[in-house]
Amino acid sequence: MKYKGRFGDYGGFYVPEVLIPALEELERAFYRFYQDEQFVGELEQLLRDYAGRPSPLYYAKRFSEYVGFKVYLKREDLLHGGAHKVNNTLGQGLLAKYMGKTKLIAETGAGQHGLATAMIGALFGMETKIFMGVTDIERQSVNVHKMKLCGAEVIAIEGGTGTLKDAINDALRYWTAHVTDTFYLFGSACGPHPYPTMVRHFQSRIGKEARLQCLEKIGRLPDIVVACVGGGSNAIGIFSGFLDDKNVRLIGVEAGGRSLSSGKHAATLAAGRVGILHGAKTYLLQDEQGQVSETESVSAGLDYPAVGPEHCYLKDSGRARYVAAQDDDVLDAFELLTKMEGILPALEPAHALAYLISQKGKLDPETIVVANLSGRGDKDVSIVERCRPLED
Amino acid sequence: MKTYKQVFSELAQANRAALIPFFVIGDPDLDTSLAIVKTAIDAGADVLELGIPFSDPIADGPTIQKADIRALKSGMTVRKALEFIRNIKDHKDVPIGLLMYYNLIYQYGKERFFRDFHQAGVNSVLVADMSIDDADEIYDAAISAGLDTVFMVTPNTEPARMKLIASKTTGFIYTVSVLGVTGSRADLSDVVEGLIAKLKKITPVPVCVGFGISKAEHAAAIARAGADGVIIGSKIAELIERNLSDKGKMLAEIAGFIGKVRRAIGNSVAKPPNESFDPAQDGFGGLNI
Ligand SMILES: Cc1ncc(COP(=O)(O)O)c(C=O)c1O
Repeated sequence: MKYKGRFGDYGGFYVPEVLIPALEELERAFYRFYQDEQFVGELEQLLRDYAGRPSPLYYAKRFSEYVGFKVYLKREDLLHGGAHKVNNTLGQGLLAKYMGKTKLIAETGAGQHGLATAMIGALFGMETKIFMGVTDIERQSVNVHKMKLCGAEVIAIEGGTGTLKDAINDALRYWTAHVTDTFYLFGSACGPHPYPTMVRHFQSRIGKEARLQCLEKIGRLPDIVVACVGGGSNAIGIFSGFLDDKNVRLIGVEAGGRSLSSGKHAATLAAGRVGILHGAKTYLLQDEQGQVSETESVSAGLDYPAVGPEHCYLKDSGRARYVAAQDDDVLDAFELLTKMEGILPALEPAHALAYLISQKGKLDPETIVVANLSGRGDKDVSIVERCRPLED
Repeated sequence: MKTYKQVFSELAQANRAALIPFFVIGDPDLDTSLAIVKTAIDAGADVLELGIPFSDPIADGPTIQKADIRALKSGMTVRKALEFIRNIKDHKDVPIGLLMYYNLIYQYGKERFFRDFHQAGVNSVLVADMSIDDADEIYDAAISAGLDTVFMVTPNTEPARMKLIASKTTGFIYTVSVLGVTGSRADLSDVVEGLIAKLKKITPVPVCVGFGISKAEHAAAIARAGADGVIIGSKIAELIERNLSDKGKMLAEIAGFIGKVRRAIGNSVAKPPNESFDPAQDGFGGLNI
């Protein structure tokens, strides 16, 4: 490999020897094309005409009045496919095309990345396989159906708890046997180098836009930028735009599940220890020996025991702060935003909103917060229906 | 403690490849696992490859994943693995290579891990999720603990990289016969003979071949192609899985299978080892610590 892919000591590429040639090829291609004029032009056009960028920055007036400070939502939920995932799948999908690959594989948790990959598979006419845990298939069935309609094959993974971690394990195993013709379109800013760097690059669009929109709309930078953290792609995407603005506080919100003390959660940065999983040195939820823990969260997209290496570095350096929101508060946040703004947030970004609600009345009324609304909640309606049945 | 060097040179004299079965320590439970490995030694294993079970074995196919789960469910831990190895060494002094995932070593503390396991009787530790690029992270600690090094070469490894890997290998090269994860395959990979030949040209370090070898005929063919050792894993885990309700039958079938492979290897005379290796011409000689 040309680069070490480290963020401080985090990251790297801890993979079996057999995957190295594929990662080298990917690294070479990414650095060759990511600033290439034709590539950039083609990607720009797709982001605009296919995905619907730029996404608006919306002032959530009623929600702001409720919490007592000013909240702007970065509307990634309005993009094609319903989440920020399309920024990354268009970028990597186009790279796959430039590399001459004809087959895509991807893992998915909430199904949003799987769907965004299936869309791109259809768009570029590539054979697409999506690896998804059985638990997630059950709880995100709408997305499963959409993927199939796009022509993707959805492969059900029984192992472990049938969630994102298990889907990644099997996608990596499949890739090992098909490295020569298959492009692994990784869904978050984690995994082995070059994925954390590459996914960050394709998602950095969110932060660049949001920063400009703040300056244009509000006339100043926000005080706080907040995003949910699963693997960390939507968060690093928006954080990256503000990293050099030292006065902008960056807050990542992880899945607190039932509670941190119950052990039933996926708050990796809040409660994990440094370890190695899926090709990277990262904070990791694990037992004393190093066996990876089973995680739990109402949101499939955050239900993952590791996290992107750059977030580990930002945590240690103090540049970003990471907190956790519990399932109950997340469901409250889902209901609240829906009632007050008529916007259904996905359960993942509802974590970021739950954090804001926890700050109700605690911040100066002039405080400006940008929250990354990474996806829309249509996929989660049946979960909310089950957890919070409506009274007649 | 018997070294790889001793075993491989004894076998070279006898003109026979090493038989190297792989087991997940603690599969299906600690006591049965001990009985299985001792049975395998008695049936003719020359070297042992042992895995410490891990929750997320990304280099393993379904068969060994299930073995890992059985072992973890029965309460296997890294500390118990240490005991297990001492117990095996008391039975017979055969070289032992560990094949495992990095996080378990990292959490134990790598210096302490290598020291403790070497003292228990381990000859090498192959980290499945670590390529040669990151070997520096463990190399010094492993060498100073007295371990030999074992690294993998796969069918897609470039020749320059093969040389680099060979130069860091003091034990043997673990040659992966297929593109893919562990698991039995019906047919022997058609790239494996070429791979052995390539490696033999560039290094005098012993070359052992694993992944997908499930039949005595496969083992014989690999030995004939000039390999110094044949590693068999998933097939044995299958025999364990198939006989979970009858330990006696399990042990008998494993003994029978290993004996059969051993006879097959014994009957297939290999080419003289390293006949094509010429360090002067290649300007390269592997480390032989
Ligand atoms: C809408 C949405 N937000 C966030 C995430 C979490 O991923 P990441 O942390 O990579 O943004 C997901 C994952 O599925 C998602 O669907």
